[in-house]
Amino acid sequence: MRVSVQLDDFDIGKELDLFRNSKSNTGAIVSFQGIVRNNSEKSLLNMDIEQYPGMTQKAISKYVVTAVERWSLNDALVIHRHGKLFPGDQIMMVATAAMHRHDAFQSAEFLMDYLKSRAPFWKKEITKKGYHWVESVLDDEKSLERW
Amino acid sequence: MIKVLYFAWVRERIGVPYEMLETQSGTVMELVEELKQKEERYQVAFSDLSALKVAVDQELCEFDARLNGALEVAFFPPMTGG
Repeated sequence: MRVSVQLDDFDIGKELDLFRNSKSNTGAIVSFQGIVRNNSEKSLLNMDIEQYPGMTQKAISKYVVTAVERWSLNDALVIHRHGKLFPGDQIMMVATAAMHRHDAFQSAEFLMDYLKSRAPFWKKEITKKGYHWVESVLDDEKSLERW
Repeated sequence: MIKVLYFAWVRERIGVPYEMLETQSGTVMELVEELKQKEERYQVAFSDLSALKVAVDQELCEFDARLNGALEVAFFPPMTGG
């Protein structure tokens, strides 16, 4: 298991290669990559992601441990960036490794749902007109109910 | 002394990322009321608690949570990770 909260970019290909080789009885890996999306007017200059140092790592680790136990995962990886990011940049990745695909898919979705609304990150979008804090989406909160 | 932290627009409205406070408040709610008495910027930031979340010692909790011996309280809008 690994959780990394970092300013720097990462190489998802290398990360997945390392991840695949971590346990020999893995039959399925699901990975998710989150990208800085431009808005409909294409006016996004950059995004600033603020975090709560100390709590971020702890909160994510708690959900990773829960996922590993609940779906008997062989391994799980979360990398989440903070700081200044530009349209098209990678924000984060999640990977889960299981013996079978169902557990890998389910646990990856679980982790994504929890990262969305329970990991202490706040996104600020800087556009040509000014800036605004990205508001949380009610659907994201609701999607936790299914777990 | 308790460390009170603010994030995102809460930080911007209050004007500092954190402050150290001497408080007798027993719950998060009492601390919020105490802060609101201090200055207008706190009243503005805490005017709608349904738009805010709170963590005590880096664990999410409700506004009626007790502070007994807590080292850190943080106020922030709903998170937008992922």
